[in-house]
Amino acid sequence: MMPKQNILDDAKLADQFQDHIDADEKIEPKDWMPDKYRNTHIRQISQHAHSEIVGMLPEGNWIGRAPTLRRKVALLAKVQDEAGHGLYLYSAAETLGISREEMIDQLHTGKAKYSSIFNYPTLSWADIGAIGWLVDGAAIINQVMLTRTSFGPYARAMVRICKEESFHQRQGYEIMLTLCRGTNVQKEMAQDALNRWWWPSLMMFGPRDNESPHTEQSMKWKIKRKTNDELRQQFIDNTAPQADFLGITIPDPDLKWNESRKHYDFGEIDWDEFWTVVKGNGPMNKERLDARKKAWKEGTWVREAALAYASNKVH
Amino acid sequence: MWPLYEIFIRTKNGLEHRHVGSLHAADPEMAIENARDVYTRRQEGISIWVVESKHIAASNPEQQGELFDPAKDKIYRHPTFYKLPDELENI
Ligand SMILES: [Fe+2]
Ligand SMILES: [Fe+2]
Repeated sequence: MMPKQNILDDAKLADQFQDHIDADEKIEPKDWMPDKYRNTHIRQISQHAHSEIVGMLPEGNWIGRAPTLRRKVALLAKVQDEAGHGLYLYSAAETLGISREEMIDQLHTGKAKYSSIFNYPTLSWADIGAIGWLVDGAAIINQVMLTRTSFGPYARAMVRICKEESFHQRQGYEIMLTLCRGTNVQKEMAQDALNRWWWPSLMMFGPRDNESPHTEQSMKWKIKRKTNDELRQQFIDNTAPQADFLGITIPDPDLKWNESRKHYDFGEIDWDEFWTVVKGNGPMNKERLDARKKAWKEGTWVREAALAYASNKVH
Repeated sequence: MWPLYEIFIRTKNGLEHRHVGSLHAADPEMAIENARDVYTRRQEGISIWVVESKHIAASNPEQQGELFDPAKDKIYRHPTFYKLPDELENI
C-alpha cells in the first residue's frame, strides 16, 4: 500500500500540474506528470509517428511512375519529408521513456494503430494529387492545432512539421489542377480520385464528439484544443470551395453552404466502414503492415553491421 | 539498437547552436549525416553538433526552487532598480 503521505503529494502535484496547464505553460519531459498524461502521449505521439512512416507507402508506390521529372522530384521530396516527420515524432515520444524498439514492436504486433487513411490503395496518378490536397490538408488542420499542445517536445515537432506540410498540400492541388485543366479522361481521373478519397479524409478526424470518450480529458490537458467535429467542419469549409475551383464534385449530395451557420452542411459518414478499417479489415491493412515488417527485417543486418563497425573503430 | 544522439544546429554564423531534437545513429559520424538529412533538408543549418544523449547531465525539475529561487529577490541586478531623473539622457 502507498503511504498516505505519497497519496497527498500526488494529489498536490496533480493540482499544480493542472495549474501549469491552465496557465498555458508547457510540460517538459522531466517534469512531474500524471501517469495517464504520459501514457496518453506515448500512445498518441507514437501512433502519429507510425502514420508518417506507413504513410510513405501509398505515395512511394507512384515515385517510379511519376509522369514528369518535376513531379518525381516533388513526390520524392514529400515522401522524404514524411520520413523526417516520423523521426521527429519518434524522438519526441522517446523523451517520455519508451524505446524506439518498443514502439516499432507495437506497430508490428498491431498493438499500436496508425491513421486508417493509409489503408486505402493508390490506384491512379490522380490519387497522388488527391492525397496531397485532401490527406495532407486534413493532417495540416490537425497539426496546426497541435503546435499549441501542452507537451513541449510534441508541440515543437509539430511546428517543424507544419512548416514542411504546406508544400505537400500545394503540390497535390497542383496535380489536381493540371488534371482538371487537361483532357476529359484526365478530369475523370481527378473526379474518381476525389470520389474515393473524400470520405476516408473526413474520417481522419476520428469519431463524432459524442462517440469520442477521450475528448474531454484531452481538452482539459490541452492535448487537443479543438474537438474532432470542429476540425472536420473546418476542413470541409476550407476544401469545398477548392473543389469548386477545380470544377469537380465532392461525392456528397447533402453538402451545401448553410448561410445561417456560416458553415457547410454535409452528409453522414459511413461509420461502419470507419470501424472496419480501424479494426484492421480495410483494403490495404495487411499489405501495409507486411511491408513495414519486411523492411524492418531486411534492414536488420544493416543495423547490426553499422554497430559492429562503430565498435571496432578506434576513436 | 543504435544509441540516441542529441542534435544541435547553427542556422547561420553569428547565431549559437540550438537543440533541435534527437536521433539514433551507430556512431557520431553517422549521427551528423543523419542529422543533415533529418534536420537540414531546407538549408536550416550550416553547422551540426551531435552528442550522445547519455553524456548530457541535466538539472532536476524538482530542484528548480533551490537552484533558481535565490536569484528571485536580487532585483538590484536589473537596471530599473536604480531610480534616476527622467530628464537624464543616454544612461
Ligand atoms: Fe507529415
Ligand atoms: Fe505531409
